[in-house]
Amino acid sequence: MHLDHSHPATPAVSADAHRPDGARRAIRIGLGGPVGSGKTATVAALCRALRDELSLAVVTNDIYTREDAEFLLREAVLPPERITAVETGACPHTAIRDDISANLEAVEDLEDAVGPLDLILLESGGDNLTATFSKGLVDAQVFVIDVAGGDDIPRKGGPGVTTADLLVVNKTDLAPYVGSDLARMAADAKAARGELPVVLQSLRGEAGVADVADWVRARLAAWTARA
Amino acid sequence: MTKAALLVLADGRFPAGGHAHSGGAEAAVRAGRITGAADLADFCRGRLHTAGLVAAALAGAAALGCDPVELDAAADARTPSPALRLAARKLGRQLVRAARATWPTPELDALARGFPKGAHQPVVLGLTARAAGLGPEEAAYCAAYESVSGPATATVRLLSLDPFDATAVLARLAPELDQVVERAVAAARRAALDGPGALPACSAPLLEIAAEAHAAWPVRLFAS
Repeated sequence: MHLDHSHPATPAVSADAHRPDGARRAIRIGLGGPVGSGKTATVAALCRALRDELSLAVVTNDIYTREDAEFLLREAVLPPERITAVETGACPHTAIRDDISANLEAVEDLEDAVGPLDLILLESGGDNLTATFSKGLVDAQVFVIDVAGGDDIPRKGGPGVTTADLLVVNKTDLAPYVGSDLARMAADAKAARGELPVVLQSLRGEAGVADVADWVRARLAAWTARA
Repeated sequence: MTKAALLVLADGRFPAGGHAHSGGAEAAVRAGRITGAADLADFCRGRLHTAGLVAAALAGAAALGCDPVELDAAADARTPSPALRLAARKLGRQLVRAARATWPTPELDALARGFPKGAHQPVVLGLTARAAGLGPEEAAYCAAYESVSGPATATVRLLSLDPFDATAVLARLAPELDQVVERAVAAARRAALDGPGALPACSAPLLEIAAEAHAAWPVRLFAS
């Protein structure tokens, strides 16, 4: 029996692109990055930007509370049944990379409860520069850093910065106050990532999350086209 | 049958969700019942001879081919705390996913179909061992070892306990683990003949009570 063999009327095992009933599942996009870089704010902004055109849901991976899930609930970016939290036992990177079982359960439960869904955003707990999502869990991943975390982060690299499908440099409005050189960050990111895209954003600016939302739309279009 | 399959199944990195659970250690640390390696040894010994023995016997019986539906009901009957039942089912659901990917069998598929929200983890563990070509003794070893390795690893994170001390605690418990497995397998063999009533039913009331309190904490590192 092949490992990826799908069994009718039995829950999917891993990253199968189809639900047990044969329908195509939602695209799953992961958002990771260091503590305080603006992952939750970006998720909230994406929900506001996309909720009228897509059916979407969010899974948060909090380190020791339900803070991130509760922030999203309080901000009412989505109805509460579309937001769920996974507990990670002090190891947020484990839950998104080494042992993805709890997150897979969460996305399946969301599709069962409020599906069909077009898009599920999975937010990692704030972690270090090496934390990336497993391909068994997400179809694409965004790594969020911010200018106040040090403008040398793109140069330092690490798997998140160099391999994420999209790198977001957040809080560009703070650059003048913390002495960060945006041009240098952009150039370093380009050098570390080659052709992979980079977005510099300020959620307080007029454009807000628009570039990232456009990137998500393009990923979803490509995912749907492959059906 | 390959003995090496036991190493794969018993590996703490086997991706079945255990890393998010402390086996009651988080509540015990907060209550001041685990403050260092000596307390951890006491805690693990208590858990091994109660919840560990029951889990090992359930896993052994499942590995012998006892009806998983009956075993799951027996596990419910031996788990008074609703929070612990929920945790055991969550872990069982996560384990069945990992098991079906690693050792796919029609039995595991049937289990996943029959328990979409998860069967008790020790029952799934026994069926997983069976799918991996392992016997009741190996299944019982996995369950008994998990009953102490989970709290030990969690305590390293919770107390910043020296990891060498925590591992030494587990090593010192090895002879008792052997005894518990022996008792568990004997009970599992009786259960295969006489039904799940023959399985041990020893509980640790403080683990059950603390699990209920822990589940209501607003801030915690571990799911149980």
